[in-house]
Amino acid sequence: MSSRIATDASLVPIRFRDPQIEMAHGAGGKASRRLVEGLFAPLLFGNSPGPLGDAALVDIGGTNVAITTDSFVVKPLTFPGGSIGELAVNGTVNDLAVSGAKAEALVVTYVLEAGLPTPVLEAEVRAMARAAQNAGVRIAGGDTKVVEHGKADQMYVTTTGIGHRLRGVAIDPGSVRPGDKILLSGPIGDHGITILLARGELDFEADLHSDTRSVLPLVEALVRAAGPGVRWMRDPTRGGAATSLNELARDCGLGIVLFEEQIPVRDAVRGACELLGLDPLHIANEGQFLAVVAPECIDAAINALSLVSGGEAVQVIGEVREQPSGSVVVTTLYGGSRIIDMLVGDPLPRIC
Amino acid sequence: MRFVDEFRDPRLISKTAEEIRRLASPGRHYRMMEVCGGHTHAIYRFGLKDILPENIELIHGPGCPVCVLPMGRIDDGLSVAQQPDVIFAAFGDMMRVPGTQGSPLEHKARGMDVRIVYSPSDALKLARLNPDKHVMFFAIGFETTAPSTALTLMRAKAEGIRNFSVFCNHVTIIPAIRAILDSPDMRLDAFIGPGHVSTVIGCRPYEWIAANERKPIVVSGFEPLDMLQSVVMLLHQLNLGEAKVENQYKRVVPWEGNRAALRAMAEVFQLRPYFEWRGLGFISQSALRLRDAYAEWDAEQRFAIPGVRVTDPKAAQCGEVLKGVLKPHQCKLFGRECTPEHPIGALMVSSEGSCAAYHTYEHRKAAMVTSLNSIA
Repeated sequence: MSSRIATDASLVPIRFRDPQIEMAHGAGGKASRRLVEGLFAPLLFGNSPGPLGDAALVDIGGTNVAITTDSFVVKPLTFPGGSIGELAVNGTVNDLAVSGAKAEALVVTYVLEAGLPTPVLEAEVRAMARAAQNAGVRIAGGDTKVVEHGKADQMYVTTTGIGHRLRGVAIDPGSVRPGDKILLSGPIGDHGITILLARGELDFEADLHSDTRSVLPLVEALVRAAGPGVRWMRDPTRGGAATSLNELARDCGLGIVLFEEQIPVRDAVRGACELLGLDPLHIANEGQFLAVVAPECIDAAINALSLVSGGEAVQVIGEVREQPSGSVVVTTLYGGSRIIDMLVGDPLPRIC
Repeated sequence: MRFVDEFRDPRLISKTAEEIRRLASPGRHYRMMEVCGGHTHAIYRFGLKDILPENIELIHGPGCPVCVLPMGRIDDGLSVAQQPDVIFAAFGDMMRVPGTQGSPLEHKARGMDVRIVYSPSDALKLARLNPDKHVMFFAIGFETTAPSTALTLMRAKAEGIRNFSVFCNHVTIIPAIRAILDSPDMRLDAFIGPGHVSTVIGCRPYEWIAANERKPIVVSGFEPLDMLQSVVMLLHQLNLGEAKVENQYKRVVPWEGNRAALRAMAEVFQLRPYFEWRGLGFISQSALRLRDAYAEWDAEQRFAIPGVRVTDPKAAQCGEVLKGVLKPHQCKLFGRECTPEHPIGALMVSSEGSCAAYHTYEHRKAAMVTSLNSIA
């Protein structure tokens, strides 16, 4: 009887008080977190414990599987280095990968706007097929809905993925310890800035393309090399590396100290950020991941990653310390430091 | 990256920091105001306070255009955009600034046609692309942004684009500095002068600060090395008992300013007799309006403007923070009712606002240091 009362949705306290949904609630930063933790989690996830990761771990008849879902509403549909179809496959494969799982199958939902030219759709379906082949994942089914012209922006894609857990790794912010190293797979900000420029609203151009790719080969190499020394992983999409690391800091109750000069950022991204007053740490990525690795495993991890194609730019960008607990601080070579928070608001609407 | 990395060179920064420590007399307390919000942001972003000795206190000035804009002006601007077929265009900085009925972004979520533009000429482009709509550009900024608004209006007039107007909130920096200096609770030793504004107005307009008020002022760039070098220059002056206008930002700021920009401003704008500044009150001859020759492009003349006046919440101490009397965290609302996500005072809205900068980059660090000290 008591368990029935506990799951009665009308009695669950709702902390989400924002009067209406705004773009910021989808931007992956603070507002998104407030919505998920304040409304979705208490009503939908009940008492399920633990921090909210990139994928859910579910036990099905004694087999541990990871499951995740992601929707893609990017504008424009195609951009240098990729398109919505590729993002939709890689995004879900990556969410599973950084949860320590290998994607086995995806199902796809298309929401299409009446009037969408067939060649546009065909190109995206082909892009998905290619990306799935590259990532070694099967697309096992799907669903299509069409809405009236003007009720959607060309096409939206949702992918749901299921995968099995990689052996020898457990992703758990609770296992993170002071002294652990923060590892980043490559330069940040490419995707977000590419999309911003592809919209053509700014009168400047840069030789830049989206980093969308499957990070699974890199994650597998890392897990093989460092095994249980890999404590935590995340792909820093919307909200950027700063938001992912702030979530980690909060979830493990420790401090994250980053060394600014170690953080790889391409000149074109830095330049755009300087001009627009943005921080590369807040810009979205679609083909990078962050990992916390035990110090005794870090050399093996770096070696293994730098041998995998696309892992050459791997960097240790910081470390875990006792203080400032629950926060991320960026330090500079000359001794200055600043706290870097989660993304507030929505600097770049709809970039994935 | 050229022209940036040179001014963030750790070796040069450490050397300059050493020189500052050598120049700052231990028995003396130096209070320097950085007038410009861009400097405030840079101080926090680069952690410059960690480098400066404790007896050099940086006080954040009024040079954040979003911060000093009274809430009533936002309501007025949004009321125009509530009319059918009007597009509200503004810089990104404006988008989260709350009016009494919410910010432009909140209005957008409710269906208002609100567009972020990166320059006034982008707003004019919107007008060309939407001939059946009226585009109103909500103009803010000091002399830094006023010339581009002026040039855009000149072009609109020349091309005869009539579905475009400007709701002008441009303000001028000198009267704000004067108001700060006239404030009875103000004890400042020197000014770090605004770099971007000075690219337009040059250095001459500051001469009275040195000559009449006997306060040194150094016009400064925005990179860490720029700002530290400006502190060195101010310390030299203060230690010698001098008061001069100096230009640290020579690579960008000509002493006489930008004549073409000043001409464009003179062609399009005239001074308002007075204008309300949030936190500072009414300041005479401190803001710009469009000249009558541009009445057709002046939103305040084309549309019925309600002229809303909103008093700031009593508990918010924006004025004191703006004048440097209080530090951001000393305000009763700081970090509790007033946060970057739910700003009550305007200083919490813009990333150049001292409260937002302090909240984003500093206050948890400060709390951490305090807790460590109290343990020790």
